[in-house]
Amino acid sequence: MSYQGKKNIPKITSERLLIKGGRIVNDDQSFYADIYMEDGVIKQIGDNLIVPGGVKTIEADGKMVIPGGIDIHTHLQMPFRGTSTVDDFSQGTKAALAGGTTMIVDHVIPEPGSSLLEAFERWREWADEKACCDYALHVDITHWNDSVRQEVLSLIKEKGVNSFQVYMAFKDLYQLSNSEIYEIFTFLGEHGGIAQVHAENGEIIAEEQARMLEMGITGPEGHVLSRPEELEAEAVFRAVTIASQTNCPLYVTRVMSKSAADIISQARKKGNVVFGEPITASLGTDGTHYWSKNWAKAASFVTSPPLSPDPTTPDYLNTLLASGDLSVVGSAHCTFSVAQKAIGKDDFTQIPEGVNGAEERMSVIWDKAVVTGKMDENMFVAVTSTNAAKILNLYPRKGRIAVGSDSDLVIWDTDAVRTITAKTHHSAAEYNVFEGMELRGAPMLVVCQGKIVLEDGNLHATAGTGRFIPCSPFPDFAYKRVKARKQMAILKAVPRGMYDGPVSEFSPMSRGGTPSASARTSPTKAPVRNLHQSGFTLSGKQTIELQ
Amino acid sequence: MSGTGYQGKKNIPHLTSERLLIKGGRVVNDDQSLYADVYVEDGIIKQVGENLIVPGGVKVIEANGCMVIPGGIDVNTCLHKSYLGTPPVDDFYQGTKAALAGGTTMIIDHVTPQPGYSLLEAFEKWQEAADKKSCCDYSLHVDIPHWHEGVKEELEQLVQEKGINSFQVYMAYKGLFQMPDSQLYEAFSFLKELGAVVLVHAENGDLIAQEQSKILGMGITGPEGHPLSRPEELEAEAVFRAITLGNRVNCPVYITKVMSKSAADTVTSARKKGSVVFGEPITASLATDGSHYWSKNWAKAAAYVTSPPLSPDPTTPDHLHSLLACGDLQVVGSGHCGYSTSQKAIGKDNFTLIPEGTNGVEERMGFVWDKAVAMGKMDENQFVAVTSTNAAKIFNLYPRKGRIAVGSDADIVIWDPDKIKTITTKAQQSALEYNIFEGMECRGGPVYVVSQGRIVFEEGKLQVQQGTGRFISRKPFPDIAYQRIKYLSVYKTIVSRGMYDGPVYDIPATPKYITPAPSAKTSPNTHQPPPIRNLHQSNFSLSGAQIDDNIPRRSGHRIVAPPGGRSNITSLG
Repeated sequence: MSYQGKKNIPKITSERLLIKGGRIVNDDQSFYADIYMEDGVIKQIGDNLIVPGGVKTIEADGKMVIPGGIDIHTHLQMPFRGTSTVDDFSQGTKAALAGGTTMIVDHVIPEPGSSLLEAFERWREWADEKACCDYALHVDITHWNDSVRQEVLSLIKEKGVNSFQVYMAFKDLYQLSNSEIYEIFTFLGEHGGIAQVHAENGEIIAEEQARMLEMGITGPEGHVLSRPEELEAEAVFRAVTIASQTNCPLYVTRVMSKSAADIISQARKKGNVVFGEPITASLGTDGTHYWSKNWAKAASFVTSPPLSPDPTTPDYLNTLLASGDLSVVGSAHCTFSVAQKAIGKDDFTQIPEGVNGAEERMSVIWDKAVVTGKMDENMFVAVTSTNAAKILNLYPRKGRIAVGSDSDLVIWDTDAVRTITAKTHHSAAEYNVFEGMELRGAPMLVVCQGKIVLEDGNLHATAGTGRFIPCSPFPDFAYKRVKARKQMAILKAVPRGMYDGPVSEFSPMSRGGTPSASARTSPTKAPVRNLHQSGFTLSGKQTIELQ
Repeated sequence: MSGTGYQGKKNIPHLTSERLLIKGGRVVNDDQSLYADVYVEDGIIKQVGENLIVPGGVKVIEANGCMVIPGGIDVNTCLHKSYLGTPPVDDFYQGTKAALAGGTTMIIDHVTPQPGYSLLEAFEKWQEAADKKSCCDYSLHVDIPHWHEGVKEELEQLVQEKGINSFQVYMAYKGLFQMPDSQLYEAFSFLKELGAVVLVHAENGDLIAQEQSKILGMGITGPEGHPLSRPEELEAEAVFRAITLGNRVNCPVYITKVMSKSAADTVTSARKKGSVVFGEPITASLATDGSHYWSKNWAKAAAYVTSPPLSPDPTTPDHLHSLLACGDLQVVGSGHCGYSTSQKAIGKDNFTLIPEGTNGVEERMGFVWDKAVAMGKMDENQFVAVTSTNAAKIFNLYPRKGRIAVGSDADIVIWDPDKIKTITTKAQQSALEYNIFEGMECRGGPVYVVSQGRIVFEEGKLQVQQGTGRFISRKPFPDIAYQRIKYLSVYKTIVSRGMYDGPVYDIPATPKYITPAPSAKTSPNTHQPPPIRNLHQSNFSLSGAQIDDNIPRRSGHRIVAPPGGRSNITSLG
């Protein structure tokens, strides 16, 4: 697990590659330079490089060369009630590569009550076998006790996981109480983890779901009706509060609505360490499709929090992304076949949740934010790649084109136009939530681990070549500020003399529990009022003290 | 029972047959000010206007151009709330005296039943105590300490028979009064059906409990631990959540004790989005701040302990006044709950045991005048609105209370905007040893106070009689809160679509999400009949030519499909 540590897969990355005449775009600047790569690492950057003979050369013709995308949120091969998502690690990472994403971060979801470490190992096994690009893992905390605490610690210290998700929704399944979340955040804050949160008020959702079903609403529109956006905003607000109380960096996964995004921007303006992650679907489409007459189509949009029925949402989220109030874009790629979705054909609460988006992620942002003039190309790199790398503490290995960084990069064709359709996408899902959208901007060439994996529209990915990239705790991006705050926030008691005045007689019960039913009879019991006329006189000094 | 009829009186001799003429004053209501005389008879305003024709022998008060305003209504007092068996030193007598001395002619007190006890019994106990001691008209809020089926019946009875239309729920006090979100949802739904106003004590109790044990663990046991364990964002968070619940249930929400800027801002932004929400700052949050918790004098620091705590940010009062002036906050209460120093000292070694409550019933109107009107933030009409009229409207007392008009109760204050008073324990009516406003100068104060048509305060002297206060019953569905609610209750209809008749994935018959085996990895094999793989190569083809046709699907897919079944509903489009 060292920097270039490899698994038992033969190293195929000894290819040498030269990209000539491209414009390198990092998150801070753009410049024209050639790039020479060897052994999967960028070796030289500059003009007129001296390179060995026989090197494969790619002419970029002045096109943008950007760090490969990092999709910080996927659910590939996710088990669900004895089945699993149709895109496994091979299918899913292929879709990612086809869209210009060269690294994914998947969520490990242990069943409540089961071991986090075991689940982590299981996911590692699946991914090692099939992933076509580098990957890392988030681990979701689905229950909380002392043994989970130990497991989290060993995941941070030994396993290379630095981000953990908690759920505020999914009552009676994953949902944790405020006090548990407080404890988890405190713990993560101490050990340098990033607290991710699925923010929706599960209590109210449960009530609303019951109400919808009672009203006879069983179709996918019930999903969005029972999860209105203010429940998302409310939970985000609460998560921000808990995080700021515990001084732990917070990462809100799946920002789906305007009001949730607004809460994050406000919190950031107040100085909280909060990151917001809109997903491809919330940036590219909206929740009006839940009312589609085609059940299968409506069901394919079901995800939580739901897409907002407000059609101005994508535009608004793209604006906040451009202004830096939202930090990073994931895809939350989690695909189920129509037959799997149909588990909930008579009850929307049973529809497995998830939308596609790994392949479309970068193009959607380019089309909706950069082409419309909201965002510049450097910011594009920041939100698709660099910020994710910084949050995961992988920067500058990932997320930057620089000497010594991994050679994961993309030649981006700003003028290419693709029409998204389920017929040509790389996912195994029958429906694509972006069906029919025309997107400008697409990868022309993708280099992953120093090898060309996408060229002229042809994908040459090999399952099992993806490496697990361990993430170390205390990423500077989040923790520099947190550390400073810790020192500021030391609370002090006021040294004052012992209070030695009279103490009212009271029943030594737990707080508030009156011993007798009648409180009215107690005045006779304790002669409180007489104490005023006793020798106790503090009020004499008082006026002086005020001056 | 008393208080049912409009002028229903108790067995106390009727003293209100006095006739009173207020001459030469400027009558200020919440909508306009005009020079007019006011004639009062039998506790009711009979005439308002110039050159009134009145019977002879009427007592005449010369207002000399001073303002004549509707008596204040203090919507938040706790004059009978015992703490660990000891009642507050300001009972209904002491407390209403203080109220009248400050220009407040009606209070609404909180009935706080202990968890597990009957709401009705508690209500009756409160009513009995108040009937015996109160010097001014009063009404009662009932707090709901916990939610269960039995409470519903009592609530219905309170609303329909007892004249109560406001109930408080708590989001704080974990393990005691606190309700989880799902109970709050039910309580809101039920109270909305009854047409009641939901009062919310908004603080995140879970986090407070955590913070309290953390702070006690750090060795902080003094009153400064109180604000440290209840930072203002916990208040703002709970306010946000309460409003969310209110919006969901479509129920008006009234936030009691808005103590911090961020909580007030949350109320403001919700109102801008159209939520039906009301915010109530209290005297303490409008006039002083939480820096005193760090006082070296324990007894002084403890006097400030209330929940949510006063914000240590000294700019808070100013901000709250601005919001009050522009209408984003509506009502000023006092949160008056007086415990003596020796009662506060129950928590001398542990701040979590300090009984909570500050004074403010007497100073309430004075400080709003001093800090908002005299500073030019607010006009006199808005002053009347926030100290009296809005409260009367929200709690359905208007126009009987909260307005000077023919037919309204003769609760009238003659207000001198230039009167200057220094607040001090020595001059106050309350029985407390500490006044948290000690030493502050306050412009504006009552010259005369008329309650139920009688002069009870004249030239600095109180003339009150215990037990003259009447219980004022209130009807549900106050217009100011419920008119909008009625229009908001429209819901989207169901989409009518053909039945989905495509293939359905076969799942084990377990409740949602619960995978049957601990290991999901092995489950495809253990829980599915083994020869499934062939089904993939069967004639089932969903989307025709898929580019991934060459990729083998994983085992575990069992598609229950009609043979050759491709329904049009699953086709792309």
